[in-house]
Amino acid sequence: MSMKKSDIFLNGVFRDNSICRQILGICSALAITNLMMNSLVMGLGVIWTLALSGFTISLIRHYMPNRIRMMVQTLIIASYVIIVDIFLKAFYPEMSRELGPYVGLIITNCIIMGRAETFALKNNPLNSLIDGIAAGVGYTLVLLIVSFVRELLGFGTILGITVLGDWWVSWSIMVMAPSAFFVLGLLIWFINRKNYAH
Amino acid sequence: MDINFYIIFFAAIFTSNILLTNFLGMCSYLSISKDIESSFGLGMAVIFVLTVTSALNYIIFHFILVPLDLVYLQYIIFIIVIAAFVQLTEMVIERYSPLLYYSLGIFLPLITVNCAILGVSLFLVIRDYSFIQSVSYGAGSGIGWLFAILMLAGIRKRIKDNYLPHGMSGAAISLITTGIMALAFIGFSGVVIIQ
Repeated sequence: MSMKKSDIFLNGVFRDNSICRQILGICSALAITNLMMNSLVMGLGVIWTLALSGFTISLIRHYMPNRIRMMVQTLIIASYVIIVDIFLKAFYPEMSRELGPYVGLIITNCIIMGRAETFALKNNPLNSLIDGIAAGVGYTLVLLIVSFVRELLGFGTILGITVLGDWWVSWSIMVMAPSAFFVLGLLIWFINRKNYAH
Repeated sequence: MDINFYIIFFAAIFTSNILLTNFLGMCSYLSISKDIESSFGLGMAVIFVLTVTSALNYIIFHFILVPLDLVYLQYIIFIIVIAAFVQLTEMVIERYSPLLYYSLGIFLPLITVNCAILGVSLFLVIRDYSFIQSVSYGAGSGIGWLFAILMLAGIRKRIKDNYLPHGMSGAAISLITTGIMALAFIGFSGVVIIQ
């Protein structure tokens, strides 16, 4: 494999952005984007899991029997998610309560399985690690964009700091479920539209 | 938590619909909702698997993991139970009812990675439900999910030939449609609260 490391990274973040281009990993992208802080923590958890599970799967890719491949991958992913969960519970219990089951649901986040199947099984560990980080950064980027809009309009704050003064009337719809669908839908539309124009 | 189980059942369908308020099971929801028949098949499979795995996971969590102090292993155990159960169901259906296998069987492997299944198991641990509450929450969530995917499939069929702005077709319009559906379901909120 003679892929350039920087190419792998840029591909993962922009060209193959999992949420916008492949419509994967939508569940958590919608659920925890009401506050930017939540999105950031979630994004870091996903980067960690993606990078290390990609690395591990790539390490053992020649020894894995094909028939039980999926099961092995799921178990590897689950182990890394457990580390994230225990870490959050120990050091940031409030954040852990806030994210609730969505930390555990990183396991079924299709992005991770998708990267394992399409990239880690065919490439060496180092490239897989970079690809995992890149896919995670791309995911976090989308999460941050969506949560930026929702937090700004819903609370008038960015990362918990008030930016719109007292005159701002918060849009309570932005805190509720439907707005997550609207904002992400519009974002995907915007990105597709730009590609269409090229 | 001493909420009556049928209240949980109806709340899981309407006020806290697993898909429209908790955003679980989105991936297969967006990709399968292209036609009504497969949506129905997948929805039925989800109801069945959700009901049984929520019962199984409740039993395993409270009678094996808690006494042995292994609660932190819950993610691994839950996902193994779900995957094993789905595999088992597939094999049994294939062996005994080929007809059902052709209508339902092809959707079963998809279900293991449907986050609604794992999500429900995690919710019932977090909310500390009893056994009967867990099963009714699982069944209700499944029916709610079936409702949501059938509605989207119906709407997508109706708007299929209409003009859309460039880039809007596909995921973007499905998400916005779902947003409007979620807005409608907010109308149910306040009737019963289970969170």
